[in-house]
Amino acid sequence: MRKLGYAVPALLFLAIALLFATPFALRLDSHILPSALIDLPAPEFALPPIEGRPQTLGLATADLSGKPSIVNVFASWCVPCLAEHPMISRLAEEGFTVYGIDHRDPPDAVGAWLDRNGNPYARIGADRDASVSIDWGVTGVPETFLIDRKGRIRHKIVGPMTPDIFAEEVLPWMRELAR
Amino acid sequence: MERGVGQAMIVELGHFALVLGLMVALVQAWLPLLGAARGDRALMAVAVPAAQTQALLLLIAFFALMHAFVVSDFSVANVFNNSHTAKPLLYKVAGTWASHEGSMLLWVLILALFGAAVASFGRNLPPELKARALAVQGMIALAFLAFIVFTSNPFARIDPAPLEGRDLNPLLQDPGLAFHPPLLYLGYVGFSMAFSFAAAALIEGRIDAAWARWVRPWTLAAWACLTGGIALGSWWAYYELGWGGWWFWDPVENASFMPWLLGTALLHSAIVVEKRDTLRAWTILLAILTFSLSLMGTFLVRSGVLTSVHTFAADPARGLFILGILVIAIGGSLTLFAIRAPTLKSGGLFAPISREGGLLLNNLLLAAAAATVFIGTLYPLLIDALSQGGDKVSVGPPFFNATFVPIMIPLLLALAVGPMLAWKRGNLSAAFRRLAPAAAAAMAVTLLAFLLAPRGPVLAPFGLGLAAWLVVGGLMTLVERTGLFAVTVSQSWARLIGLPRGAFGLALAHAGIGIVVAGISGSAWQEEHIVSLKTGERLTIAGTVLSFVAVTEGDGQNYQYLRGEFVQLRGERILGQMWPERRSYPVTRTGTTEAAIDTSVLGDLYLVLGEGDESGAYTVRAYFNPLAPWMWIGALIMMFGGFVSLTDTRYRVGAPARAPSRAAVAAAAAAE
Repeated sequence: MRKLGYAVPALLFLAIALLFATPFALRLDSHILPSALIDLPAPEFALPPIEGRPQTLGLATADLSGKPSIVNVFASWCVPCLAEHPMISRLAEEGFTVYGIDHRDPPDAVGAWLDRNGNPYARIGADRDASVSIDWGVTGVPETFLIDRKGRIRHKIVGPMTPDIFAEEVLPWMRELAR
Repeated sequence: MERGVGQAMIVELGHFALVLGLMVALVQAWLPLLGAARGDRALMAVAVPAAQTQALLLLIAFFALMHAFVVSDFSVANVFNNSHTAKPLLYKVAGTWASHEGSMLLWVLILALFGAAVASFGRNLPPELKARALAVQGMIALAFLAFIVFTSNPFARIDPAPLEGRDLNPLLQDPGLAFHPPLLYLGYVGFSMAFSFAAAALIEGRIDAAWARWVRPWTLAAWACLTGGIALGSWWAYYELGWGGWWFWDPVENASFMPWLLGTALLHSAIVVEKRDTLRAWTILLAILTFSLSLMGTFLVRSGVLTSVHTFAADPARGLFILGILVIAIGGSLTLFAIRAPTLKSGGLFAPISREGGLLLNNLLLAAAAATVFIGTLYPLLIDALSQGGDKVSVGPPFFNATFVPIMIPLLLALAVGPMLAWKRGNLSAAFRRLAPAAAAAMAVTLLAFLLAPRGPVLAPFGLGLAAWLVVGGLMTLVERTGLFAVTVSQSWARLIGLPRGAFGLALAHAGIGIVVAGISGSAWQEEHIVSLKTGERLTIAGTVLSFVAVTEGDGQNYQYLRGEFVQLRGERILGQMWPERRSYPVTRTGTTEAAIDTSVLGDLYLVLGEGDESGAYTVRAYFNPLAPWMWIGALIMMFGGFVSLTDTRYRVGAPARAPSRAAVAAAAAAE
């Protein structure tokens, strides 16, 4: 019986490895992850603006219909978000409507972050407890959703938007949605 | 064109050396093992030249890549993606390991250098142990080199070569971050040595005090480097990210913190193996787990899988390779453990109140702390992986504050007591008597903190009290061992000089934690002001007036800057000037903020220049971070303590066992 005790670490590791490996094994055939929400209307939500910044607007489902838009989930504590920030700003400069969902962030921290790095977002919803991110199927920050004029999620970018993704995915998609 | 051809040759030479290194690793991974199994000395001896050749080849590869960075050879994809001709030289050199590919090369180079050190200086190691440990090192090198050569080749070319590079992410162009990865890797790879020795001991079926004496210096060196690496990373986050935070419990930080916690436990449990010849299987397990976490730290951070599982799927070849290496290394070693550990002779039981009892408590609490961080880090990923993207959870600082902190407090309280207990049978009340000065200091500091800073969180003064307990408790170990106040000063002095370096290392490392705790507690009193300010206006923080004098623009080597000029005043007396900056890097179209930090013993005045508006007002954020510099000074002291212990002749790698000097014998006798 005592001998079995020594096998516990190996068995635990096996269990963890299996838990992690199974989904990967199933998914490895495709580079692009399907999102459960693709081509479905964005989940109902209403988020308040960032506390202490009266000049900014919150974000709700109704804001997503009428024209194509980009919803970027970000956080001040997330380094990849900072890395992709110039791309997000460029989208706003090119005239696209960019909204933000601020993921699990203290209001002063995100305020400071926006002051420092610029605020390209037309509206920002403060998702302090990540409840909306959960509905949207956000697995990590940053993630970016491309929304058509009927408020449906059409495409999703997981992870930071690189210049390549910007040029090869986001721009073509947004031009398509704007037609 | 002559020069161009020469450069091309150097890159090819590096690539060739890398592939050759892979071949050598293949030899090193199994011939010595076979030799040890057959008792064939000649085969076992292959390990030594193999390890040395390996190190030489990887040095060639590494410097070839560095050369490509320094001369900005953009025909190399890695250089093109991470460098630029206008980049300062320091960051061209550091660019060698800033990318995924380069950092992997650095990792395996450090591994090879350590292996060569064991091969060259480990003459008094038992030949079987040496051959097997080097073979395990060879296997690790084989895995890494195959990963580099097949999925992450740093020497991959672009044809035609671009004229200019894409530049390095400006956040990474920073002296703190230039040295952060090498230190971290020295730590991670150092633990590979403990792992290799553990695996070798399991294959051999023998572990004894001599084994522990061999493992300890490597663990100690790894621990000291990792301490420094983590501190450097935290310091960088503090001054570069621009809101005065220094630890975010984010997965990338946790990935380096977990091996540190378990490595600290390993460091202490190896002492028990060495002195009391017990806790053997546990120590082996710790060695395996510490390195397993280091591997995860290396791979998962670089692959980005910790921020989002999906990064794995983004590059299936790499993801699968990483998964494979992790499963073989961790699963393989744990299986070996499951089979062989029961055959290890188990040591005797021991009294709970004793030095070894204290070290066991340290181990249990550190392991629990590591498990907490592990769960907090991987749980969200696990839920995500299991639910196929359905359910999501997020684990943040509240989780860690509620679970990690309660484990650390008893650990820190016991930390001062442990070294006061004797081996085999300790006397708790005597230990507390000896610690009376530490307890008095703790109470005095707590009271003083309550009186001086009545506002603020209740726990913070207790944190400072705990810090005093640790610092004075750490120093009391030296007082105790030198018999200061009990014998004459000159006698104490003689004993102090005769003390083994390890005693100083212990006192420094333990006191260093106290200083870190003080720094952490101080942050509870942080003061913050965010205002919109025009030039000529003032703001007041922590009794200091900051007058906003001017804003200037200019060009740095590869960026443009906007610099605010502030004058610090107390009353009308000028104390100094501060220049917070915003930089923008045209090549990557990104910017950074450079906070102006004025450091004093009491804390940091931290100033950040934000965006300006049409009216000429700028958002200015000013913080006063009490005792913040203490955190890094404390970590530096801990690291220094580790290195001081390392110079202890008892642990010198490869030094023949020398008779200790007479003074040391006397001191040791006095201390027992």
